[in-house]
Amino acid sequence: MSFWDTDPGHLILVLAEALALLVPLLIGVAYLTYAERKVLAAIQMRRGPNVVGPFGLMQPFADALKMIMKETVIPSGANRALFLFAPMLTFGLAMIAWAVIPVNAGWAIADINVGVLYLFAISSMGVYGIIIAGWASNSKYAFLGALRSAAQMVSYEVSMGFVIVSVLLVAGSLNLTAIVEAQRTVWFCIPLFPMFIIFFISTLAETNRSPFDLPEGESEIVAGFFVEYSSMSFALFFLGEYANMMLMSGMTTILFLGGWLAPFGILPMLGPVWFVLKICACLFVFIWVRGTFPRYRYDQLMRLGWKVFLPASLLWLVITAGVLLATGTLPVPA
Amino acid sequence: MAPTFFFYLFSVVLVLCAAMVVSSRNPVHSVLFLIGAFFNAAGLFLIAGAEFLAFILVIVYVGAVAVLFLFVVMMLDVDFEQLRSGLQRYLPVGIAVGVLLLAELVSVLVGWHVHPAATAVRFAPAPAGVSNTVALGELVYTKYILLFQAAGLVLLVAMIGAIVLTLRDRRSSRHQRIAVQNARVPGETVELRTMALGGGVPVADILRPRLTQPDAIDDDPLEPTHHGGHHPADAHHAPEGR
Repeated sequence: MSFWDTDPGHLILVLAEALALLVPLLIGVAYLTYAERKVLAAIQMRRGPNVVGPFGLMQPFADALKMIMKETVIPSGANRALFLFAPMLTFGLAMIAWAVIPVNAGWAIADINVGVLYLFAISSMGVYGIIIAGWASNSKYAFLGALRSAAQMVSYEVSMGFVIVSVLLVAGSLNLTAIVEAQRTVWFCIPLFPMFIIFFISTLAETNRSPFDLPEGESEIVAGFFVEYSSMSFALFFLGEYANMMLMSGMTTILFLGGWLAPFGILPMLGPVWFVLKICACLFVFIWVRGTFPRYRYDQLMRLGWKVFLPASLLWLVITAGVLLATGTLPVPA
Repeated sequence: MAPTFFFYLFSVVLVLCAAMVVSSRNPVHSVLFLIGAFFNAAGLFLIAGAEFLAFILVIVYVGAVAVLFLFVVMMLDVDFEQLRSGLQRYLPVGIAVGVLLLAELVSVLVGWHVHPAATAVRFAPAPAGVSNTVALGELVYTKYILLFQAAGLVLLVAMIGAIVLTLRDRRSSRHQRIAVQNARVPGETVELRTMALGGGVPVADILRPRLTQPDAIDDDPLEPTHHGGHHPADAHHAPEGR
């Protein structure tokens, strides 16, 4: 038995793996904010950040430094403990979900049997950071934003759940590695194309991104749930949102875009590179959508979630199950 | 070693959280402690090897049910002094009920005999070579299919009941009718006219659909008469106003 199989050795190994994942992830989050500003600038025919460093590449670090140097303001009527806990929760949840994401065959910190359920559970808990922030701020705008987001995220989770179930039906496993391996012949975004679209739009709503960014809605409720936040506590919300975007892109990649599998079998040894490239493509669409679509009205948002996506995903789930059963292609024999 | 440690950790925190749920003064804190209790229960499930149940517990209870609790509790304005005002009066009754329940619990626990066959099954691990999701599915969808369907039916009835109790079709509220909107063509809504220079706007024959049906106006938010006070009376004054 080597040292790495013992309890302390295993602990050190897992910590090292977590570090190896989190450091690139945080740098990725920093550069995602830069990429968003550059892409939006290109869409609006501006230049975007171009002063700090070559091509403005040091801008994220300048922003981070600015955030750290600022004073944390806590409103007098706020519930201090919960007020400070909320951004930590948002950021922490966005980080711990990465524990089960397989970057390559066998490259997951925890390759658990129910990886999809773990991801779904973590993403459904993201709403707490927002509700707690809205309530603890003791401000009506923050509270309105929190209420909106609670209803919004709970609503879109339902159709996301159905989409995930239909993917599970086709893959025959709850393990993320097995789901990716099941896409060797064809990526699930082709046979399950409508579900892919529903899932992507639901992830937009789940991450409170435009056009579903009603919880922040700066034109109506100032900045929504984080209106009272400043300096690092604001930065944690901000980073949490971008980390969540990356997580949701990772989920989309694993469930529909074949994870680390190479398209058309080109250079299959570059698994992690393909994985990162697919995530980048999803993130680009996130930003593209933000630069293109106006914000939904609240009743339209609810209508889309409950009256369009829910019946559509339920119907497609039944169709998927029916086709699998009729053609005898169920991954696990019935 | 590690499972034992975590078992006691989760159990102790679970009991502490449960105690805080009933004893904390702020109802929002109560709900947050309840969520903590759910988490620790999920941890206990994980130690027992029931990872499917653990994550379903987190998804259903933490991700959905507790969100709604929190939602409701945050909007309540509960005056606890008022709730406590009758404490002295109702204390004897409360103590009597509590003692009765405690006695029942004790009598049940003392006289509880588990059948030997049941004891053998009780701590049975999941069948080897099968993940517990599959093991659960194979039982629930075959042997217990009727009970499973009945549980689903009960939930459906509860859902329909909730909808029936809360859904009111209020005439006064305005709804967006997407089909009506999409069915509109430019010819119904927009009319292009060539205006005489300096001649003002000829008011009398501007196309105003459905103005003669007062019922339709209330329902349709898209009616041009609702926008920015363009009532017919105002329209008549518009040319003079310039």
